[in-house]
Amino acid sequence: MRFTINGQSYQADVDIRTSLLDLCREHLGLTGSKKGCDHGQCGACTMLVNGRRVNGCLTLAVMHQDDEIVTIEGLGSPESLHPMQAAFVRHDGYQCGYCTPGQICSAVGMLDEVKKGWPSHVSDDLSDPTFDDGEISERMSGNLCRCSAYPNIVDAIREVAAASGDAKTAPTSREPAEAGA
Amino acid sequence: MFGFGKSDTNALTMDKPHPDSLLDTGAQGVIGKPIDRIDGPLKVSGRATYAAEYDFPDLAYGFLVRATVGAGKVTEVDADSVRGLPGVIDVITDYKTFIRNPGQGGDTNKPPQGVADVAYFGEPIAIVVADSYEAARDAAQQLRVSYEAKEGRYSFAAYREEHDKPPEGVMPPYTGTGDPDAAFEGAAVKIDATYTTPSQNSAAMEPHASTAVWEGDELHLYGAYQMLSTDRIQLAKAMGMKPDKVRIIARYVGGGFGSKLGIAPESVAAAVAAKAIGRPVKCVMARQQVFDATVRRSNTEQRVRLGADADGKLVMLGHNSLVSNLPEESFFEPCGQATQFLYAAPNITITHDIVRLDWLLAASMRAPGEAVGMIALECAMDELAEAVGLDPIELRKRNEPGEHPIDHIPFSSRQLVPCMERGAALFGWSKRKPAAGDRRGEWLYGMGMAASARSNMLQKSSAKVSIDGQGRATVETDMTDIGTGTYTILAQITSEILGLPIDDVTVKLGDTAFPPAAGSGGSFGAGSSGTSVYLACEALRGQIADKMGVAADGLTLKDGRAIGDNRSVPLAELVGDGIAATGEVAPGKQEKETLQSSYGAHFCEVAVNAVTGEVRIKRMLGVFAGGRILNAKTARSQILGGVTFGIGTALSEELMHDPRNGKIVNRDLGEYHVPVNADVPQIDVEFLSERDIHANPMHAKGLGELGISGAGAAVANAIYNATGVRARDFPLTLDKLLDGLPAV
Repeated sequence: MRFTINGQSYQADVDIRTSLLDLCREHLGLTGSKKGCDHGQCGACTMLVNGRRVNGCLTLAVMHQDDEIVTIEGLGSPESLHPMQAAFVRHDGYQCGYCTPGQICSAVGMLDEVKKGWPSHVSDDLSDPTFDDGEISERMSGNLCRCSAYPNIVDAIREVAAASGDAKTAPTSREPAEAGA
Repeated sequence: MFGFGKSDTNALTMDKPHPDSLLDTGAQGVIGKPIDRIDGPLKVSGRATYAAEYDFPDLAYGFLVRATVGAGKVTEVDADSVRGLPGVIDVITDYKTFIRNPGQGGDTNKPPQGVADVAYFGEPIAIVVADSYEAARDAAQQLRVSYEAKEGRYSFAAYREEHDKPPEGVMPPYTGTGDPDAAFEGAAVKIDATYTTPSQNSAAMEPHASTAVWEGDELHLYGAYQMLSTDRIQLAKAMGMKPDKVRIIARYVGGGFGSKLGIAPESVAAAVAAKAIGRPVKCVMARQQVFDATVRRSNTEQRVRLGADADGKLVMLGHNSLVSNLPEESFFEPCGQATQFLYAAPNITITHDIVRLDWLLAASMRAPGEAVGMIALECAMDELAEAVGLDPIELRKRNEPGEHPIDHIPFSSRQLVPCMERGAALFGWSKRKPAAGDRRGEWLYGMGMAASARSNMLQKSSAKVSIDGQGRATVETDMTDIGTGTYTILAQITSEILGLPIDDVTVKLGDTAFPPAAGSGGSFGAGSSGTSVYLACEALRGQIADKMGVAADGLTLKDGRAIGDNRSVPLAELVGDGIAATGEVAPGKQEKETLQSSYGAHFCEVAVNAVTGEVRIKRMLGVFAGGRILNAKTARSQILGGVTFGIGTALSEELMHDPRNGKIVNRDLGEYHVPVNADVPQIDVEFLSERDIHANPMHAKGLGELGISGAGAAVANAIYNATGVRARDFPLTLDKLLDGLPAV
């Protein structure tokens, strides 16, 4: 079969049981996408398929001939980081690093969803959701981080969203219910 | 003592205080700074390689087979039932060699072996190897295994009356002072409350994984482990080999939190299988197998008794714990660890007893002891504050001890009171209302606080540091970085002492080919491995001073230059072809002569829904003192992670054991609820300035487990303040609050 991953064309002879995640990790040497649960429960395998974030462990490789697949390796390299990758480093949006590729791919896909006006479970207005920390946390809750860099992940995403200049992702601050003295 | 320029090993046993620190006199100015992780670009781009991400020609895939009875004997593994499946190479059982339980952290004995006997449901009994992952998994699930099942002990409630006193662990199982029962009897104010916490799982994001490669008679294992120097010994002994024939490589580890301290079953299984088939074997435990067959934190039943006079001064402190473990295991969850020294009381009893159950191994999970023990102690203190009519902070201040209340030794450094005072001011604690006194619509608001303490330890550790002909330094040690920031802080220590830009320092970790280190665990990683690097750099400073012809204390190293005697010479010129030194640290008398611990204070505000009982954490804040902070950014992250573990303990984490066979019922991340992003608010962290000259030459203490210690109690105390409901059976799920909530 033929796959297009990170703009590169790959040929692979895969088992019908092979997940998109295992195709990348075990057949193509693309080990950036991580396997944390193999059940779509942790999000470590999040990648972008035709621009949308998916759990690579929950979809079979044979379903993706001719799809445009982007994994963490395709977003940027250590020498040339994607703005989201750089923001995760700056804000320490990770510790062990294992959930990180999934978090970053998820964040990139999520911001695109916000730009398209898609609401979330916590949106007050389903037709025109505002964008704030609560929205980021809600929309990123499919990506577990046991080291719990969540506050830093929110900081990183908020910064990238603000810098993108898109009105839809201009963060509005939602004050805590009661500020400290 | 150090033999500068003569010997290449600089050894220190921490027998005396170490008042001077090269980290105070260094000129580079990087220590403590919030610099980005040096391994960051590799991690965020997916280029950091974890245990299952090394490729080898002819690599075969292994999948573990689990026992599906809770106790008994394996009578037959019908390998022929799957040998014919496409891609399957073999089914391998080695009843004698496979390990039954994972190794305990730091143990230099082999873990219990022998898997013909089933000790718990899910015990790995065989491994299927195949040309592909899919084929191995499929065959493992189809494999027919027969058992002779036995009766087992699967219910804590049923066997809680039968328990035994374990041997000494990190603390004595029984300790205390005075006459606690009589003192409690005569106390003016009494709290007698029992708190229960369930079994928990570390749930590190990277599942346990081993890739075993035989190079002749040498075993190379790419593993996901925290303490390589002792893991190597465990693995060698289990395989019947000499440790120098075993090499473990773990350059990046996807979290551990205790679950990867000792070797887990996939290591030996992969090694045996690789030898049997003559090919490298990669075995990654499925997430469900991680829940079934690695380690759990023991469930606990903790009775806390506090007796106080009318002013809130403790006359008695009792903390009696029942925990559980497998029949032959000596590890007990040391719930009373911090209770030994946190508060002044003339009469103290602390006990731990083990209920023997046929559940998977109980072992260390982040802050063994304090993580659940301080929930009981700090919730009980909150109850006492309420009973005496004192602010919880004032109660704790009245019971601040001047020395260790049992051992009567001084504290090496202790800023619990300043942490509480600073935290109260930052958090707005003065606005806290009486219990159930702040309703806003359908939400009940409340604030809670708790103290934090985590014992500080130093472990044997060594490291080699070299400077090459270009003036660049390389650190080598088999220390691991499991997300703790070790790569970065070791680079900072080297940079500071040798006066090198941090980009000129390379840190190589996670390979037993390097000098043995303490490993990552017990909050001792930074202090122990950092000191070994400090000592190696100190020796190199001596060598450089000799080459400059100046005294070491007259030498300044900065930006790659040696400055002294009115000369400034590039390091690269001085070192010729290069110089190297090894640093070795060992614990000494200081840990017996002083009580060493990090401290902090947690503050939490919650909103509890009056209709549903749902708890939302609105904000958390913690102020901590852990000696010198080596990197303000990674230190803060360690605290964030710990606090969030505390949130999980308080609200959602619970391993459920089937009372019929001990099976973990909720054995995946969909059913075992670790906190998600939306559960965790922004968390404010502040560190107080502190130096601990008794801990190590860096004057730093442990932080990795400080954040979890007491955090869950702050959440629980906030829930009480919000609702007036004192639930003591953790996690505090909404069903435990509903009955006590006000009428809607």
